[in-house]
Amino acid sequence: MQLYGALLLLPAALLLTTFAYLPTVTTVINSLFLPGFRGAPTEFVGLENYQVLFDDPTFWKVARNNFIYAVGTIPTSIALALGMALFVNGKLRGRGFVRMAYFTPTILPMIAAANIWMFFYAPQIGLFNKLLGMLGFSGVNWLGDPSVALSSVIVMSVWKEAGFFMIFYLAALQSMPPELKEAADLEGTSRWSFFWRVTFPLLMPTTLFVLINALINSVRVVDHLFILTKGGPNNATNLLLYYVYENAFSFFDRTTAATITVVILLVLAVVATLKFTILDRRTHYQ
Amino acid sequence: MNTTTTYAPRSRFFSIPALETVAAWLLAIIWIFPLLYAFWAAFHPSEFMVNFELFAPLTLENFTNAWSQAPFARYYLNTFALVTGVVIGQFVVCTLAAFAFARFPIPGKNVLFMLVLIQLFVFPEVLIVENYRIASELGLINTITGIGLPYVASALGIFLLRQTFKTIPRELEDAARIEGCNWLEILWKVYVPLAKPTYLAYGLVSISHHWNNFIWPLVVTNSVESRPLTVGLGVFSAPETGVNWATVSAATLLSIAPLLIAFLLFQRQFVQSFLRAGIR
Repeated sequence: MQLYGALLLLPAALLLTTFAYLPTVTTVINSLFLPGFRGAPTEFVGLENYQVLFDDPTFWKVARNNFIYAVGTIPTSIALALGMALFVNGKLRGRGFVRMAYFTPTILPMIAAANIWMFFYAPQIGLFNKLLGMLGFSGVNWLGDPSVALSSVIVMSVWKEAGFFMIFYLAALQSMPPELKEAADLEGTSRWSFFWRVTFPLLMPTTLFVLINALINSVRVVDHLFILTKGGPNNATNLLLYYVYENAFSFFDRTTAATITVVILLVLAVVATLKFTILDRRTHYQ
Repeated sequence: MNTTTTYAPRSRFFSIPALETVAAWLLAIIWIFPLLYAFWAAFHPSEFMVNFELFAPLTLENFTNAWSQAPFARYYLNTFALVTGVVIGQFVVCTLAAFAFARFPIPGKNVLFMLVLIQLFVFPEVLIVENYRIASELGLINTITGIGLPYVASALGIFLLRQTFKTIPRELEDAARIEGCNWLEILWKVYVPLAKPTYLAYGLVSISHHWNNFIWPLVVTNSVESRPLTVGLGVFSAPETGVNWATVSAATLLSIAPLLIAFLLFQRQFVQSFLRAGIR
Protein backbone atom coordinates (compact mmCIF):
# COMPACT_ATOMS: atom_id res chain seq x y z
CA MET A 1 0.00 0.00 0.00
CA GLN A 2 2.67 2.48 1.00
CA LEU A 3 4.71 1.60 -2.04
CA TYR A 4 1.73 2.10 -4.36
CA GLY A 5 1.00 5.42 -2.72
CA ALA A 6 4.57 6.55 -3.19
CA LEU A 7 4.51 5.45 -6.83
CA LEU A 8 1.33 7.42 -7.46
CA LEU A 9 2.95 10.51 -5.99
CA LEU A 10 6.17 10.07 -7.93
CA PRO A 11 5.33 11.95 -11.17
CA ALA A 12 3.97 14.97 -9.28
CA ALA A 13 6.86 14.91 -6.82
CA LEU A 14 9.42 14.76 -9.62
CA LEU A 15 7.85 17.65 -11.51
CA LEU A 16 7.31 19.79 -8.44
CA THR A 17 10.90 19.23 -7.38
CA THR A 18 12.22 20.16 -10.83
CA PHE A 19 10.12 23.25 -11.42
CA ALA A 20 9.23 24.53 -7.96
CA TYR A 21 11.43 23.37 -5.07
CA LEU A 22 14.77 23.08 -6.82
CA PRO A 23 14.52 26.49 -8.54
CA THR A 24 13.41 28.07 -5.25
CA VAL A 25 16.45 26.68 -3.47
CA THR A 26 18.90 27.56 -6.24
CA THR A 27 17.44 31.06 -6.43
CA VAL A 28 18.16 31.58 -2.75
CA ILE A 29 21.66 30.10 -3.18
CA ASN A 30 22.38 32.27 -6.23
CA SER A 31 21.42 35.34 -4.26
CA LEU A 32 24.24 34.55 -1.80
CA PHE A 33 26.99 34.11 -4.40
CA LEU A 34 28.77 36.19 -6.99
CA PRO A 35 29.60 34.53 -10.29
CA GLY A 36 33.33 34.38 -11.04
CA PHE A 37 34.75 36.23 -14.01
CA ARG A 38 36.03 34.25 -16.99
CA GLY A 39 35.25 30.84 -15.60
CA ALA A 40 36.56 31.54 -12.10
CA PRO A 41 34.58 29.69 -9.40
CA THR A 42 31.63 31.45 -7.82
CA GLU A 43 32.32 33.22 -4.59
CA PHE A 44 30.20 33.13 -1.47
CA VAL A 45 29.43 36.70 -0.47
CA GLY A 46 26.76 36.21 2.19
CA LEU A 47 24.20 38.99 2.16
CA GLU A 48 26.34 41.35 0.09
CA ASN A 49 24.04 41.07 -2.94
CA TYR A 50 21.16 42.21 -0.77
CA GLN A 51 23.27 45.09 0.48
CA VAL A 52 23.93 46.11 -3.12
CA LEU A 53 20.27 45.71 -4.02
CA PHE A 54 19.08 47.79 -1.09
CA ASP A 55 21.57 50.51 -1.99
CA ASP A 56 20.16 50.62 -5.51
CA PRO A 57 17.66 53.49 -5.84
CA THR A 58 16.08 51.81 -8.88
CA PHE A 59 15.16 48.79 -6.79
CA TRP A 60 13.44 51.02 -4.25
CA LYS A 61 11.65 52.84 -7.01
CA VAL A 62 10.39 49.54 -8.45
CA ALA A 63 9.40 48.25 -5.01
CA ARG A 64 7.58 51.51 -4.32
CA ASN A 65 5.83 51.26 -7.69
CA ASN A 66 4.69 47.75 -6.87
CA PHE A 67 3.37 48.92 -3.52
CA ILE A 68 1.49 51.82 -5.15
CA TYR A 69 0.25 49.43 -7.83
CA ALA A 70 -1.12 47.08 -5.16
CA VAL A 71 -2.69 49.87 -3.13
CA GLY A 72 -4.12 51.39 -6.31
CA THR A 73 -5.63 48.23 -7.76
CA ILE A 74 -6.70 46.09 -4.82
CA PRO A 75 -9.18 48.25 -2.84
CA THR A 76 -10.63 49.74 -6.01
CA SER A 77 -11.22 46.43 -7.73
CA ILE A 78 -12.61 44.87 -4.55
CA ALA A 79 -15.02 47.76 -4.03
CA LEU A 80 -16.09 47.67 -7.68
CA ALA A 81 -16.46 43.89 -7.57
CA LEU A 82 -18.72 44.16 -4.53
CA GLY A 83 -20.78 46.90 -6.19
CA MET A 84 -21.12 44.85 -9.36
CA ALA A 85 -22.19 41.78 -7.40
CA LEU A 86 -24.83 43.81 -5.53
CA PHE A 87 -26.10 45.21 -8.84
CA VAL A 88 -26.51 41.88 -10.58
CA ASN A 89 -27.78 40.13 -7.45
CA GLY A 90 -30.79 42.42 -7.33
CA LYS A 91 -33.64 42.41 -9.80
CA LEU A 92 -32.25 44.27 -12.73
CA ARG A 93 -33.40 44.67 -16.30
CA GLY A 94 -30.99 42.90 -18.63
CA ARG A 95 -29.13 41.32 -15.75
CA GLY A 96 -27.58 38.64 -17.95
CA PHE A 97 -26.00 41.21 -20.23
CA VAL A 98 -24.75 43.36 -17.36
CA ARG A 99 -23.15 40.36 -15.66
CA MET A 100 -21.56 39.27 -18.93
CA ALA A 101 -20.19 42.79 -19.50
CA TYR A 102 -18.60 42.85 -16.04
CA PHE A 103 -17.04 39.43 -16.34
CA THR A 104 -15.79 39.41 -19.95
CA PRO A 105 -12.46 41.24 -19.37
CA THR A 106 -11.48 38.36 -17.07
CA ILE A 107 -11.47 35.89 -19.94
CA LEU A 108 -9.09 37.96 -22.12
CA PRO A 109 -5.33 37.49 -22.08
CA MET A 110 -3.57 40.41 -20.38
CA ILE A 111 -1.69 41.00 -23.64
CA ALA A 112 -4.92 41.44 -25.59
CA ALA A 113 -6.33 43.73 -22.90
CA ALA A 114 -3.16 45.82 -23.03
CA ASN A 115 -3.40 46.06 -26.82
CA ILE A 116 -6.95 47.34 -26.58
CA TRP A 117 -6.07 49.89 -23.91
CA MET A 118 -3.15 51.03 -26.03
CA PHE A 119 -5.77 52.41 -28.47
CA PHE A 120 -7.07 54.54 -25.62
CA TYR A 121 -3.78 55.68 -24.19
CA ALA A 122 -1.65 56.34 -27.28
CA PRO A 123 -0.53 59.98 -27.38
CA GLN A 124 -1.58 61.19 -30.85
CA ILE A 125 -4.17 58.80 -32.19
CA GLY A 126 -5.43 57.38 -28.89
CA LEU A 127 -9.13 57.69 -28.17
CA PHE A 128 -8.76 59.46 -24.82
CA ASN A 129 -6.72 62.27 -26.28
CA LYS A 130 -9.02 62.57 -29.30
CA LEU A 131 -11.97 62.95 -26.94
CA LEU A 132 -10.09 65.49 -24.80
CA GLY A 133 -9.17 67.32 -27.99
CA MET A 134 -12.81 67.50 -29.07
CA LEU A 135 -13.67 69.05 -25.70
CA GLY A 136 -10.86 71.53 -26.22
CA PHE A 137 -8.36 70.16 -23.71
CA SER A 138 -4.79 69.40 -24.54
CA GLY A 139 -3.94 65.74 -24.49
CA VAL A 140 -2.27 63.84 -21.67
CA ASN A 141 0.65 61.54 -22.35
CA TRP A 142 -1.05 58.68 -20.53
CA LEU A 143 1.83 56.23 -20.69
CA GLY A 144 4.75 58.57 -21.42
CA ASP A 145 4.37 61.00 -18.55
CA PRO A 146 6.06 59.51 -15.46
CA SER A 147 3.53 61.10 -13.13
CA VAL A 148 0.53 59.58 -14.94
CA ALA A 149 1.84 56.32 -16.40
CA LEU A 150 1.49 54.13 -13.31
CA SER A 151 -2.08 55.32 -12.76
CA SER A 152 -2.91 54.45 -16.36
CA VAL A 153 -1.56 50.94 -15.81
CA ILE A 154 -3.56 50.68 -12.57
CA VAL A 155 -6.81 51.71 -14.28
CA MET A 156 -6.35 48.99 -16.88
CA SER A 157 -5.63 46.36 -14.22
CA VAL A 158 -8.75 47.30 -12.27
CA TRP A 159 -10.81 46.92 -15.43
CA LYS A 160 -9.31 43.50 -16.04
CA GLU A 161 -9.68 42.20 -12.49
CA ALA A 162 -12.90 43.51 -10.95
CA GLY A 163 -15.22 41.15 -12.84
CA PHE A 164 -13.31 38.12 -11.64
CA PHE A 165 -13.72 39.09 -8.00
CA MET A 166 -17.38 39.90 -8.63
CA ILE A 167 -18.30 36.24 -9.17
CA PHE A 168 -17.07 35.29 -5.70
CA TYR A 169 -19.12 38.05 -4.09
CA LEU A 170 -22.11 37.07 -6.20
CA ALA A 171 -21.87 33.45 -5.09
CA ALA A 172 -21.60 34.55 -1.46
CA LEU A 173 -24.57 36.91 -1.78
CA GLN A 174 -26.69 34.18 -3.33
CA SER A 175 -25.92 31.83 -0.48
CA MET A 176 -27.04 34.35 2.13
CA PRO A 177 -30.32 33.32 3.78
CA PRO A 178 -33.20 35.57 2.59
CA GLU A 179 -34.66 35.51 6.13
CA LEU A 180 -31.99 38.02 7.15
CA LYS A 181 -33.35 40.58 4.73
CA GLU A 182 -36.92 39.80 5.68
CA ALA A 183 -36.15 40.22 9.36
CA ALA A 184 -34.34 43.48 8.70
CA ASP A 185 -37.31 44.72 6.67
CA LEU A 186 -39.66 43.94 9.53
CA GLU A 187 -37.43 45.98 11.80
CA GLY A 188 -37.50 48.78 9.25
CA THR A 189 -33.73 48.74 8.77
CA SER A 190 -32.52 51.00 5.99
CA ARG A 191 -30.75 49.47 3.02
CA TRP A 192 -27.61 51.37 3.96
CA SER A 193 -27.35 50.07 7.49
CA PHE A 194 -28.44 46.58 6.41
CA PHE A 195 -25.46 46.54 4.05
CA TRP A 196 -22.95 47.75 6.65
CA ARG A 197 -24.35 45.81 9.60
CA VAL A 198 -25.31 42.52 7.94
CA THR A 199 -24.18 42.01 4.36
CA PHE A 200 -20.66 43.38 4.58
CA PRO A 201 -19.66 41.50 7.77
CA LEU A 202 -21.10 38.27 6.36
CA LEU A 203 -19.04 38.77 3.21
CA MET A 204 -15.84 39.08 5.22
CA PRO A 205 -14.49 35.60 4.34
CA THR A 206 -15.07 36.36 0.65
CA THR A 207 -13.34 39.71 1.00
CA LEU A 208 -10.33 38.05 2.61
CA PHE A 209 -10.21 35.39 -0.08
CA VAL A 210 -10.40 37.99 -2.84
CA LEU A 211 -7.78 40.09 -1.06
CA ILE A 212 -5.33 37.17 -1.00
CA ASN A 213 -5.84 36.57 -4.70
CA ALA A 214 -5.46 40.24 -5.50
CA LEU A 215 -2.24 40.41 -3.48
CA ILE A 216 -0.78 37.45 -5.35
CA ASN A 217 -1.77 38.93 -8.71
CA SER A 218 -0.18 42.25 -7.85
CA VAL A 219 3.27 40.63 -7.73
CA ARG A 220 2.67 37.93 -10.31
CA VAL A 221 1.01 39.55 -13.31
CA VAL A 222 3.21 41.92 -15.31
CA ASP A 223 2.21 40.86 -18.85
CA HIS A 224 0.59 44.21 -19.66
CA LEU A 225 3.85 46.06 -19.07
CA PHE A 226 5.37 44.35 -22.11
CA ILE A 227 2.87 46.14 -24.34
CA LEU A 228 1.99 49.32 -22.48
CA THR A 229 5.22 50.75 -21.09
CA LYS A 230 8.05 48.19 -20.83
CA GLY A 231 8.46 49.49 -17.30
CA GLY A 232 9.15 53.01 -18.48
CA PRO A 233 9.34 55.92 -18.74
CA ASN A 234 12.48 55.85 -16.62
CA ASN A 235 11.15 52.93 -14.53
CA ALA A 236 8.02 54.87 -13.58
CA THR A 237 5.85 51.78 -14.15
CA ASN A 238 8.39 49.04 -13.50
CA LEU A 239 7.17 46.28 -11.18
CA LEU A 240 9.24 43.70 -9.29
CA LEU A 241 8.70 40.70 -11.55
CA TYR A 242 9.25 42.78 -14.67
CA TYR A 243 12.46 44.07 -13.09
CA VAL A 244 13.53 40.45 -12.54
CA TYR A 245 12.84 39.75 -16.22
CA GLU A 246 14.83 42.81 -17.28
CA ASN A 247 17.79 41.92 -15.07
CA ALA A 248 17.88 38.32 -16.21
CA PHE A 249 17.13 38.62 -19.91
CA SER A 250 18.11 42.15 -20.88
CA PHE A 251 21.02 42.96 -18.54
CA PHE A 252 22.09 39.29 -18.13
CA ASP A 253 22.59 39.89 -14.42
CA ARG A 254 21.34 36.61 -12.95
CA THR A 255 22.57 37.44 -9.46
CA THR A 256 20.50 40.60 -9.13
CA ALA A 257 17.55 38.78 -10.71
CA ALA A 258 17.86 36.02 -8.12
CA THR A 259 18.12 38.53 -5.29
CA ILE A 260 14.94 40.35 -6.39
CA THR A 261 13.19 37.00 -6.86
CA VAL A 262 13.90 36.19 -3.21
CA VAL A 263 12.23 39.48 -2.24
CA ILE A 264 9.16 38.46 -4.28
CA LEU A 265 9.20 35.02 -2.66
CA LEU A 266 9.24 36.67 0.77
CA VAL A 267 6.21 38.77 -0.16
CA LEU A 268 4.43 35.62 -1.35
CA ALA A 269 5.39 33.85 1.88
CA VAL A 270 3.74 36.63 3.88
CA VAL A 271 0.61 36.32 1.74
CA ALA A 272 0.63 32.52 2.17
CA THR A 273 0.93 32.86 5.94
CA LEU A 274 -1.95 35.31 5.86
CA LYS A 275 -4.04 32.79 3.99
CA PHE A 276 -3.23 29.77 6.10
CA THR A 277 -3.70 31.57 9.41
CA ILE A 278 -6.43 34.18 9.05
CA LEU A 279 -8.46 32.98 6.09
CA ASP A 280 -8.58 29.28 6.89
CA ARG A 281 -9.59 30.06 10.45
CA ARG A 282 -12.30 32.55 9.52
CA THR A 283 -14.01 30.62 6.73
CA HIS A 284 -15.41 28.05 9.15
CA TYR A 285 -17.98 30.58 10.22
CA GLN A 286 -19.56 30.74 6.82
CA MET B 1 -48.43 43.05 11.97
CA ASN B 2 -50.75 43.56 9.03
CA THR B 3 -49.93 42.68 5.46
CA THR B 4 -49.44 46.15 4.08
CA THR B 5 -46.50 46.98 6.31
CA THR B 6 -44.71 43.73 5.50
CA TYR B 7 -45.32 44.07 1.78
CA ALA B 8 -44.10 47.59 1.29
CA PRO B 9 -40.43 47.06 2.21
CA ARG B 10 -40.49 43.68 0.48
CA SER B 11 -41.32 45.18 -2.88
CA ARG B 12 -38.58 47.73 -2.37
CA PHE B 13 -36.12 44.91 -1.86
CA PHE B 14 -37.16 43.08 -4.98
CA SER B 15 -37.07 46.01 -7.40
CA ILE B 16 -33.89 48.02 -7.46
CA PRO B 17 -34.49 51.76 -7.59
CA ALA B 18 -34.03 53.36 -11.00
CA LEU B 19 -30.85 55.17 -9.96
CA GLU B 20 -29.11 51.87 -9.29
CA THR B 21 -30.31 50.42 -12.58
CA VAL B 22 -28.79 53.38 -14.38
CA ALA B 23 -25.53 53.03 -12.46
CA ALA B 24 -25.37 49.28 -13.11
CA TRP B 25 -25.93 49.80 -16.83
CA LEU B 26 -23.51 52.68 -17.05
CA LEU B 27 -20.80 50.57 -15.43
CA ALA B 28 -21.64 47.65 -17.73
CA ILE B 29 -21.30 49.87 -20.80
CA ILE B 30 -17.98 51.27 -19.59
CA TRP B 31 -16.77 47.72 -18.89
CA ILE B 32 -17.73 46.28 -22.27
CA PHE B 33 -16.74 49.37 -24.24
CA PRO B 34 -13.04 48.50 -24.74
CA LEU B 35 -13.99 45.21 -26.33
CA LEU B 36 -16.66 46.77 -28.52
CA TYR B 37 -14.14 49.37 -29.55
CA ALA B 38 -11.69 46.64 -30.57
CA PHE B 39 -14.46 45.15 -32.72
CA TRP B 40 -15.18 48.53 -34.28
CA ALA B 41 -11.52 49.11 -35.07
CA ALA B 42 -11.01 45.62 -36.46
CA PHE B 43 -13.94 45.69 -38.87
CA HIS B 44 -13.45 49.20 -40.27
CA PRO B 45 -10.72 50.79 -42.40
CA SER B 46 -8.07 52.37 -40.19
CA GLU B 47 -9.19 55.95 -40.89
CA PHE B 48 -12.32 55.21 -38.83
CA MET B 49 -10.31 54.34 -35.70
CA VAL B 50 -11.43 57.50 -33.93
CA ASN B 51 -14.11 58.55 -36.33
CA PHE B 52 -17.42 57.00 -35.37
CA GLU B 53 -19.67 57.05 -38.38
CA LEU B 54 -22.56 54.72 -38.08
CA PHE B 55 -22.38 53.72 -41.74
CA ALA B 56 -18.63 53.53 -42.08
CA PRO B 57 -17.80 50.79 -44.57
CA LEU B 58 -17.19 47.38 -43.06
CA THR B 59 -14.12 45.48 -44.10
CA LEU B 60 -12.32 42.23 -43.43
CA GLU B 61 -9.08 43.59 -44.81
CA ASN B 62 -7.56 44.06 -41.34
CA PHE B 63 -7.99 40.38 -40.65
CA THR B 64 -6.43 39.31 -43.94
CA ASN B 65 -3.55 41.73 -43.27
CA ALA B 66 -2.97 40.34 -39.81
CA TRP B 67 -3.21 36.78 -41.04
CA SER B 68 -0.67 37.40 -43.82
CA GLN B 69 1.76 39.51 -41.73
CA ALA B 70 2.24 37.01 -38.92
CA PRO B 71 2.00 33.20 -38.86
CA PHE B 72 -1.24 33.09 -36.88
CA ALA B 73 -2.14 29.64 -38.22
CA ARG B 74 1.03 28.31 -36.64
CA TYR B 75 0.37 30.20 -33.40
CA TYR B 76 -3.11 28.70 -33.22
CA LEU B 77 -1.68 25.24 -33.71
CA ASN B 78 0.94 25.83 -31.01
CA THR B 79 -1.56 27.17 -28.49
CA PHE B 80 -3.91 24.33 -29.25
CA ALA B 81 -1.15 21.74 -28.78
CA LEU B 82 0.04 23.49 -25.61
CA VAL B 83 -3.38 23.69 -23.97
CA THR B 84 -4.30 20.11 -24.90
CA GLY B 85 -0.98 18.76 -23.69
CA VAL B 86 -1.02 20.68 -20.42
CA VAL B 87 -4.58 19.70 -19.56
CA ILE B 88 -4.04 16.01 -20.36
CA GLY B 89 -0.77 15.99 -18.41
CA GLN B 90 -2.38 17.76 -15.46
CA PHE B 91 -5.31 15.36 -15.42
CA VAL B 92 -3.04 12.32 -15.32
CA VAL B 93 -0.42 13.58 -12.86
CA CYS B 94 -2.86 15.33 -10.53
CA THR B 95 -5.30 12.41 -10.51
CA LEU B 96 -2.58 9.99 -9.42
CA ALA B 97 -1.25 12.32 -6.74
CA ALA B 98 -4.71 13.28 -5.50
CA PHE B 99 -5.68 9.62 -5.26
CA ALA B 100 -2.58 8.90 -3.22
CA PHE B 101 -3.30 11.83 -0.89
CA ALA B 102 -6.95 10.91 -0.51
CA ARG B 103 -6.75 7.16 0.00
CA PHE B 104 -3.23 5.84 0.67
CA PRO B 105 -1.39 5.64 3.97
CA ILE B 106 1.80 7.55 3.29
CA PRO B 107 4.14 8.50 6.12
CA GLY B 108 4.27 12.27 6.56
CA LYS B 109 1.29 12.75 4.26
CA ASN B 110 0.16 16.04 5.77
CA VAL B 111 3.60 17.57 5.56
CA LEU B 112 3.90 16.43 1.94
CA PHE B 113 0.51 17.93 1.17
CA MET B 114 1.51 21.26 2.69
CA LEU B 115 4.63 21.16 0.50
CA VAL B 116 2.42 20.71 -2.55
CA LEU B 117 0.26 23.65 -1.52
CA ILE B 118 3.32 25.92 -1.60
CA GLN B 119 2.97 25.84 -5.37
CA LEU B 120 -0.31 27.73 -5.02
CA PHE B 121 1.91 30.71 -4.20
CA VAL B 122 5.24 30.01 -5.88
CA PHE B 123 4.33 29.84 -9.55
CA PRO B 124 6.66 28.80 -12.34
CA GLU B 125 6.61 32.35 -13.70
CA VAL B 126 7.93 33.81 -10.45
CA LEU B 127 10.97 31.58 -10.80
CA ILE B 128 11.55 32.40 -14.49
CA VAL B 129 15.31 32.73 -14.18
CA GLU B 130 16.01 29.35 -12.60
CA ASN B 131 13.25 27.60 -14.53
CA TYR B 132 14.80 28.90 -17.72
CA ARG B 133 18.13 27.40 -16.70
CA ILE B 134 16.51 24.07 -15.81
CA ALA B 135 14.50 24.02 -19.05
CA SER B 136 17.66 24.63 -21.05
CA GLU B 137 19.54 21.86 -19.23
CA LEU B 138 16.69 19.53 -20.10
CA GLY B 139 16.82 20.68 -23.73
CA LEU B 140 13.31 22.13 -23.51
CA ILE B 141 14.00 25.65 -24.73
CA ASN B 142 11.86 26.56 -27.69
CA THR B 143 9.60 23.55 -27.34
CA ILE B 144 5.93 23.35 -26.49
CA THR B 145 6.80 20.77 -23.83
CA GLY B 146 9.07 23.39 -22.27
CA ILE B 147 6.17 25.85 -22.02
CA GLY B 148 3.79 23.34 -20.51
CA LEU B 149 5.83 20.98 -18.34
CA PRO B 150 6.39 23.30 -15.33
CA TYR B 151 2.59 23.58 -14.96
CA VAL B 152 1.76 19.87 -15.20
CA ALA B 153 2.10 19.06 -11.48
CA SER B 154 -0.46 21.65 -10.43
CA ALA B 155 -1.14 22.16 -6.75
CA LEU B 156 -4.61 23.45 -7.59
CA GLY B 157 -5.44 20.30 -9.56
CA ILE B 158 -4.13 18.00 -6.84
CA PHE B 159 -6.01 19.97 -4.20
CA LEU B 160 -9.36 20.01 -6.03
CA LEU B 161 -9.25 16.34 -7.00
CA ARG B 162 -8.18 15.27 -3.51
CA GLN B 163 -11.16 17.12 -2.03
CA THR B 164 -13.50 15.42 -4.49
CA PHE B 165 -12.01 11.95 -4.02
CA LYS B 166 -12.37 12.27 -0.27
CA THR B 167 -16.13 12.73 -0.57
CA ILE B 168 -16.57 9.47 -2.49
CA PRO B 169 -17.90 6.75 -0.14
CA ARG B 170 -15.52 3.93 0.65
CA GLU B 171 -18.35 1.42 0.09
CA LEU B 172 -18.14 1.98 -3.67
CA GLU B 173 -14.46 1.18 -3.55
CA ASP B 174 -15.06 -1.96 -1.48
CA ALA B 175 -17.73 -3.13 -3.91
CA ALA B 176 -15.33 -2.69 -6.81
CA ARG B 177 -12.64 -4.60 -4.96
CA ILE B 178 -15.00 -7.52 -4.38
CA GLU B 179 -15.61 -7.51 -8.13
CA GLY B 180 -11.88 -8.10 -8.47
CA CYS B 181 -10.74 -4.61 -9.46
CA ASN B 182 -7.15 -3.60 -8.66
CA TRP B 183 -6.13 -0.13 -7.56
CA LEU B 184 -5.84 1.40 -10.98
CA GLU B 185 -9.15 -0.07 -12.06
CA ILE B 186 -10.83 1.29 -8.95
CA LEU B 187 -9.39 4.71 -9.71
CA TRP B 188 -10.45 4.56 -13.33
CA LYS B 189 -13.91 3.02 -12.86
CA VAL B 190 -15.04 4.50 -9.54
CA TYR B 191 -13.19 7.68 -8.70
CA VAL B 192 -12.61 9.31 -12.07
CA PRO B 193 -16.22 9.01 -13.32
CA LEU B 194 -17.59 10.40 -10.06
CA ALA B 195 -15.21 13.36 -10.19
CA LYS B 196 -16.32 14.49 -13.67
CA PRO B 197 -17.66 17.88 -12.52
CA THR B 198 -14.31 18.62 -10.88
CA TYR B 199 -12.44 17.67 -14.04
CA LEU B 200 -14.71 19.93 -16.08
CA ALA B 201 -14.27 22.87 -13.71
CA TYR B 202 -10.52 22.45 -13.37
CA GLY B 203 -10.16 21.81 -17.11
CA LEU B 204 -11.94 25.05 -18.03
CA VAL B 205 -9.87 27.07 -15.56
CA SER B 206 -6.69 25.48 -16.84
CA ILE B 207 -7.59 26.03 -20.49
CA SER B 208 -8.30 29.72 -19.89
CA HIS B 209 -5.11 30.10 -17.91
CA HIS B 210 -2.85 28.51 -20.48
CA TRP B 211 -4.55 30.07 -23.47
CA ASN B 212 -3.79 33.44 -21.86
CA ASN B 213 -0.44 32.76 -20.21
CA PHE B 214 2.35 35.02 -21.39
CA ILE B 215 5.58 35.65 -19.50
CA TRP B 216 6.88 32.10 -19.16
CA PRO B 217 6.05 31.16 -22.79
CA LEU B 218 7.75 34.40 -23.85
CA VAL B 219 10.94 33.53 -21.99
CA VAL B 220 11.15 29.91 -23.01
CA THR B 221 10.40 30.30 -26.72
CA ASN B 222 12.37 32.14 -29.37
CA SER B 223 10.86 31.21 -32.72
CA VAL B 224 7.62 30.85 -34.60
CA GLU B 225 7.75 27.04 -34.29
CA SER B 226 6.85 27.03 -30.62
CA ARG B 227 5.34 30.44 -29.82
CA PRO B 228 1.75 30.38 -28.60
CA LEU B 229 -0.83 33.00 -29.64
CA THR B 230 -0.22 35.36 -26.73
CA VAL B 231 3.50 35.57 -27.41
CA GLY B 232 2.93 35.82 -31.15
CA LEU B 233 0.48 38.63 -30.55
CA GLY B 234 2.86 40.34 -28.15
CA VAL B 235 5.70 40.23 -30.66
CA PHE B 236 3.44 41.31 -33.51
CA SER B 237 1.77 44.21 -31.78
CA ALA B 238 4.67 45.65 -29.77
CA PRO B 239 4.37 49.42 -30.38
CA GLU B 240 7.88 49.69 -31.83
CA THR B 241 7.02 47.39 -34.75
CA GLY B 242 4.82 50.15 -36.14
CA VAL B 243 2.08 47.80 -37.34
CA ASN B 244 -1.12 49.52 -38.39
CA TRP B 245 -3.55 49.72 -35.48
CA ALA B 246 -6.54 48.39 -37.24
CA THR B 247 -4.42 45.35 -38.06
CA VAL B 248 -3.36 45.05 -34.42
CA SER B 249 -6.95 45.05 -33.26
CA ALA B 250 -7.85 42.43 -35.85
CA ALA B 251 -4.91 40.32 -34.63
CA THR B 252 -6.04 40.82 -31.03
CA LEU B 253 -9.53 39.61 -31.87
CA LEU B 254 -8.12 36.65 -33.76
CA SER B 255 -6.16 35.61 -30.68
CA ILE B 256 -9.02 35.90 -28.24
CA ALA B 257 -11.83 34.68 -30.52
CA PRO B 258 -11.89 30.94 -29.70
CA LEU B 259 -11.85 31.43 -25.94
CA LEU B 260 -14.24 34.39 -26.08
CA ILE B 261 -16.76 32.48 -28.20
CA ALA B 262 -16.47 29.44 -25.94
CA PHE B 263 -17.06 31.71 -22.95
CA LEU B 264 -20.10 33.41 -24.47
CA LEU B 265 -21.62 30.02 -25.35
CA PHE B 266 -20.88 28.34 -22.02
CA GLN B 267 -20.93 31.33 -19.65
CA ARG B 268 -22.51 29.42 -16.80
CA GLN B 269 -19.99 26.58 -16.94
CA PHE B 270 -17.09 29.02 -17.06
CA VAL B 271 -18.29 31.06 -14.10
CA GLN B 272 -19.11 27.93 -12.10
CA SER B 273 -15.66 26.55 -12.85
CA PHE B 274 -13.88 29.67 -11.68
CA LEU B 275 -15.97 29.62 -8.52
CA ARG B 276 -15.33 25.96 -7.84
CA ALA B 277 -11.60 26.35 -8.41
CA GLY B 278 -11.51 29.50 -6.31
CA ILE B 279 -13.52 28.61 -3.23
CA ARG B 280 -11.58 25.69 -2.01
